[in-house]
Amino acid sequence: MADTVVAHGADHGAHHTTTGLSNNKLGMWVFLGSECLLFGGLISTYMLYRGRANAGPQPDQIYDIPFTSVSSFVLLMSSLTMVLAVSAANRKDDRNTNLWLTVTAVLGATFVGGQVYEFTAFYREGLGFTTSLFGSSFYTLTGFHGVHVTVGIIMLMALVGMVRRNRIPGSKAETVELVGLYWHFVDIIWIVIFTLVYLIPS
Amino acid sequence: MSTATEQHTGHDDHAHEESHGASDKQYVIIALILAALTAIEVSTYYIDFGPLFMPTLFVLMIVKFVIVVSYFMHLKFDNKLFSYLFYSGLILAVAVYCGALATFKFFLQKG
Amino acid sequence: MAIIERPSTEIAVAGGATVGVKPSEALGVFKRPAASNSWRDWIVTVDHKKLGIMYGVAAFAFFIIGGVEALLIRLQLMGPDGKVLSADQYNQMFTMHATTMVFLFVMPMVSAFANYFIPLQIGARDVAFPRINAFGFWCWLFGGIFLNTSWFLGGAADGGWFMYAPNSSTLFSPSHGVDFWVLGLQITGIASLTGAINLIVTVLNMRAPGMKLMRMPIFTWMALVVQFLLLFAMPVITVALFLLSFQRTFDATFFDVAAGADPLLWQHLFWIFGHPEVYILILPSFGIVSEVIPVFSKKPLFGYPIVAMSGAAIGFVGWGVWAHHMFASGLGPVSVAVFSMATMAIAVPTGVKIVNWVMTMWGGKLKFSVAMLFAIGLVVQFTIGGLSGVTHSVAPSDTQQTDTYYIVAHFHYVLFGGAIFGLFAGFYYWWPKMFRKQLNEGLGQWNFWLMVIGMNMTFGPMHILGLQGQPRRMGVWTEARAGEGFFNIGFWNMIASIGSLILAVGVLLFIINIVYTHKSKRVPIAPLDPWDARSLEWMTSSPPAEHNFDAIPAINHLDEFFHRKYAEDPTTHEIKQVATAEEVLADMNAHPDEHIHMPSRSYWPILVALALPIICYGLIYNRLLMAVGAAFLLLTMFGWAMEPSTAPDDDFDPPAPSEGGGHTKELAPLG
Repeated sequence: MADTVVAHGADHGAHHTTTGLSNNKLGMWVFLGSECLLFGGLISTYMLYRGRANAGPQPDQIYDIPFTSVSSFVLLMSSLTMVLAVSAANRKDDRNTNLWLTVTAVLGATFVGGQVYEFTAFYREGLGFTTSLFGSSFYTLTGFHGVHVTVGIIMLMALVGMVRRNRIPGSKAETVELVGLYWHFVDIIWIVIFTLVYLIPS
Repeated sequence: MSTATEQHTGHDDHAHEESHGASDKQYVIIALILAALTAIEVSTYYIDFGPLFMPTLFVLMIVKFVIVVSYFMHLKFDNKLFSYLFYSGLILAVAVYCGALATFKFFLQKG
Repeated sequence: MAIIERPSTEIAVAGGATVGVKPSEALGVFKRPAASNSWRDWIVTVDHKKLGIMYGVAAFAFFIIGGVEALLIRLQLMGPDGKVLSADQYNQMFTMHATTMVFLFVMPMVSAFANYFIPLQIGARDVAFPRINAFGFWCWLFGGIFLNTSWFLGGAADGGWFMYAPNSSTLFSPSHGVDFWVLGLQITGIASLTGAINLIVTVLNMRAPGMKLMRMPIFTWMALVVQFLLLFAMPVITVALFLLSFQRTFDATFFDVAAGADPLLWQHLFWIFGHPEVYILILPSFGIVSEVIPVFSKKPLFGYPIVAMSGAAIGFVGWGVWAHHMFASGLGPVSVAVFSMATMAIAVPTGVKIVNWVMTMWGGKLKFSVAMLFAIGLVVQFTIGGLSGVTHSVAPSDTQQTDTYYIVAHFHYVLFGGAIFGLFAGFYYWWPKMFRKQLNEGLGQWNFWLMVIGMNMTFGPMHILGLQGQPRRMGVWTEARAGEGFFNIGFWNMIASIGSLILAVGVLLFIINIVYTHKSKRVPIAPLDPWDARSLEWMTSSPPAEHNFDAIPAINHLDEFFHRKYAEDPTTHEIKQVATAEEVLADMNAHPDEHIHMPSRSYWPILVALALPIICYGLIYNRLLMAVGAAFLLLTMFGWAMEPSTAPDDDFDPPAPSEGGGHTKELAPLG
């Protein structure tokens, strides 16, 4: 099964690389491997500090699980629309590629909007960035994730523009795939955060 | 994991699709499975799972993670080199940070 | 992806080459800069060899800065009640000495060699991501300069190179020094991360046909292991630095003990990065001496697969030993025992390497060139430093030695006696490849021996000082507490300070050697293969053309170059020379590759990198400036993304002549 992939990847990748894989895709996976250690550090910091709210609200007093469940679901579904965009791009179907990329960006923006709403709600309830160790580490972890989502949205929108301007159908298929990898990675990080941060009480 | 999609190579309407593991329809099915798993996760907030609470959440988290990585990110169907590179980073992160947390006696105080 | 180079035949127009900024008809904003001989070419270059040289020159400049800082420290400690530096200046001095030597000399000097030689050693025309490569260099350079501007803006960082929190919080370190340190290291960290991704993909994906992993030269192997260490270690320090800068800038509570914070968090994060970092510094030098020793012993490297695998093993086990830096912090007996064992274990693959080098020399026809001398210097001095390192793995002993000069002695033996001696071996070995002239061997001998004597006089006595209890980072010592007889710390401090001056003279001789070699008319052009070398980088002209190889060689052996020069006589089983280096090269170039596309020069890497220090100055002084920097960053990144990766001929400045297409050639292995 892997062999067909190699042949396929070589189509829209480098000419003749040693492994037959595209440099860009290899680079993206290497980068994602590195990102695991970035989020690992942030998650560990949160896990260590979440029980240490000497001032202000405690985690289980403040989390709004139904609300966060909905925004988690939105982000999860954005992974579906992203994969549909990649699929359309591989079919050289630029119209559907752009459609699904746009939907993905909208879902991502909904998630970020939800996060902004959540942050303001928490702040009103007395959890500031400097209130406690819990506050600092919570906002840092989820903030880093939110920045990653935002960067993803910018890339998606840029991609929509690039696909639209390019007259050769499917010419951006590999770029769509790479942005897709990044987007899914951001989603799996949220899967971990949703469980470890929100669902497991301290 | 739980589905048979991994064996399917989707000869539906596009010739090249087999290299990417699944068809659009199957992606929707996978997404529905993910949604169902998320629903179970959220239900732990309302229903008391007793001693199964933590194991359930951890298993569901890992299953969802693996499904997204394997199917949406095509890692299951792609060249093994990608898997080695990504999972080495992931496993290293888990090992190193669990080790660090262990020195704080983090896992003991949880009980 | 597709990478095209404008034919360099247009160099003739260099006199009138206005590299002006004109909007292009293509998506890019700037015209693509064309090849030229002016200084501008260095600004826009994406050639891995030029970037390597720039890394080397800039890193050496920082080496001199760091060296002067070290000399000031030794002058301060030369006699009792030193008055050369104030306590505050002394703190800044040792912090910046370590930071400079680690992040601004050894790491970039490794990047210099890796950039220059990895593509040559694996038979590639360039790296996988040439523009990102250039971006990495400018990032590192701007980060390093940014870091050092703190000297003039209220004082440099003063918390020691591992900057333990909460000691580095605004309460204890109110100047902006630590802010500069944190942000400067973030910028250089980006350079390390992008460099790692780039070189990993290069090595995995751009090898010449037949260049299997187990046929790669050992320097490339060690550099590959190092890139993986960087890849996974840099994000950890990034997290730590973010936490610290959020604490200092936005009053977060991460290291605020009053809020219940655990000070060990910083120590863990720092050393999870910090211990792999130690191997990041030393492994490339191991790679260099593994190239040098076989060449000057006239023997293949003893146990090549074992050397390669032990390097990988060091890289792997290096992740499980970080807490041995924290034995004195009260981790508890279980943690201490575990990390103690792991630390002892990591000595094994390191010892294996030393055995391999000695066995390579055993029975060989040794030629004691300066490169070889430095390589042997590494083997001996690293062994000393390694042995004192093993004494630290014994936790009770380590508790006694923690934060004394014994530690300082240990890591200078491994880092100066090891890493830096390896780099010097590389200078002497590869100089004729990079610059067509051999460094003078006579001056080199003086350079080597003065450095050996100086280094041992400086750092040898520190073992005694440390065991006598002289703490590191103490700015003064007094006569009253100096002790008597053999163990008088005044005597040994004097010896160490004299040694550091001898060391400085040794390094000075190296600079004199460079100037002499390139200014003197009497130094001839070096032969193509001056050392009778074994690996691929010698199988092309010196210095290599921009496209490295006229014809990409097909690889059939480990030590391919050697196998093309020598063959075994089937009857007598004697190894005989069958071709000279010139003949090998002529044979190879008889059928040059037809279509060579080289990466196009670009303005964007330096511009994107320039945005980062602007943002960082803004973060310290003025949020408005930060916004300007951020906008600049977004615009330049957008420009980069919109720049067509395949530069059409009419997108050049000056425009390419229409018949230029005849020269453009397809570059096979370049993605």
